[in-house]
Amino acid sequence: MSESGGHSATGYIIHHLTNLKVGEGFWTIHLDTMFFSIALGSLFLWLFMKAAKSATSGVPGPLQNLCEILVEFVDTQVKDSFHGRNPVIAPLALTIFVWVFLWNFMDLIPVDLLPSIAALFGIPYLRSVPSTDLNSTFGLSISVLLLLYYYSFKVKGPVHFTMEILTHPFGKWFMPFNLLLRIVEDLAKPISLGLRLFGNLYAGELIFILIALLPWWIQFVLGWPWAVFHILIITLQAFIFMVLTIVYLSMAHEDH
Amino acid sequence: MNFNATLIGQMITFGLLVLFTMKYVWPPIMQAMQDRQKRIAEGLASAERGVREQELAKAKAAQMLKEAKQQATEIVTQAHKRANEIVEQSKQEARTEGDRQLLAAKAEIEQEVNRARDQLRSQVVSLAVAGAGKILKREVDEAANASMLDDLVGQL
Repeated sequence: MSESGGHSATGYIIHHLTNLKVGEGFWTIHLDTMFFSIALGSLFLWLFMKAAKSATSGVPGPLQNLCEILVEFVDTQVKDSFHGRNPVIAPLALTIFVWVFLWNFMDLIPVDLLPSIAALFGIPYLRSVPSTDLNSTFGLSISVLLLLYYYSFKVKGPVHFTMEILTHPFGKWFMPFNLLLRIVEDLAKPISLGLRLFGNLYAGELIFILIALLPWWIQFVLGWPWAVFHILIITLQAFIFMVLTIVYLSMAHEDH
Repeated sequence: MNFNATLIGQMITFGLLVLFTMKYVWPPIMQAMQDRQKRIAEGLASAERGVREQELAKAKAAQMLKEAKQQATEIVTQAHKRANEIVEQSKQEARTEGDRQLLAAKAEIEQEVNRARDQLRSQVVSLAVAGAGKILKREVDEAANASMLDDLVGQL
């Protein structure tokens, strides 16, 4: 805690909001974000592949049950909002949901626990919640945007796609206006996706940090309700991200 | 809060995760779920079939029970009839046997009577002879009267 700002509250907060990084300028890498997101991604893959490997049509075990509930839940969501045929969408949605949920879940781990452990090993900074890093949330939302364009191109073809950009929604006499509207629309998608997740989790984490500044005997009065409320938030945010991804991709597949 | 290469790293990670999920996670779990769905559907169908078969079997059993009861009644009736016949036959036989034995007894009695009569007769003769002999001791010569006595015995 003493690395950047001494024992003052401001220093404490700033310390908690600083990433562990290497590199200069744009080529900086947030090691903590990368480490935790890859570790959580691996956890997700490991769990689900374990379940998939021993998947049986007979009586499922607890792990298979859990995975099946999630898979079925995601599958229902995809079937509800996506009417095309695309083998990528459902696994993509599942990955987003579970991965983002695991990111967000890191927020429920006491704010000082992981940084303190890291400090024992001589690591000065550590932010353990990948979704409080804009790079993570925008990494996801920009990937979704790229997929959107890929499928729009693939499904509609370049000519049809260009026509759609230029003539919707106001017809061919408003071409520049249509184009402008489309640009705004397509910018709004990843920005709203990324910022919504980031904003919710960043705010949540900040409040956890503020609560951690209170005397220890009063912390639970605020910390406990906030953590309980956060169980809802982290699930909801993962769910919203997944559903919006499905909806956007569904729109990319639709022919106007 | 700057954007930096972490963004690209996260995109790559995401892409890899999606690839792996598509290839190794989604299909087997989906497959297992669909298979189970099919199995449950089959199970329900066969359960329904089982219920129908059970109903059929119940009806069949009731029918068989009815038939069996009917047969049993028939058998009992026949048995009664046969028993009556046997009783009648036995009575008849007993009667015949009784008659036969009665006849035999009567014959035997007659025989006995005859024999007794013969015996009595001979005894009466000898008694008469003895009595006559005692009365006529002196005058009657036994040898002279023998022929007359034989005659007498033949008349008795």
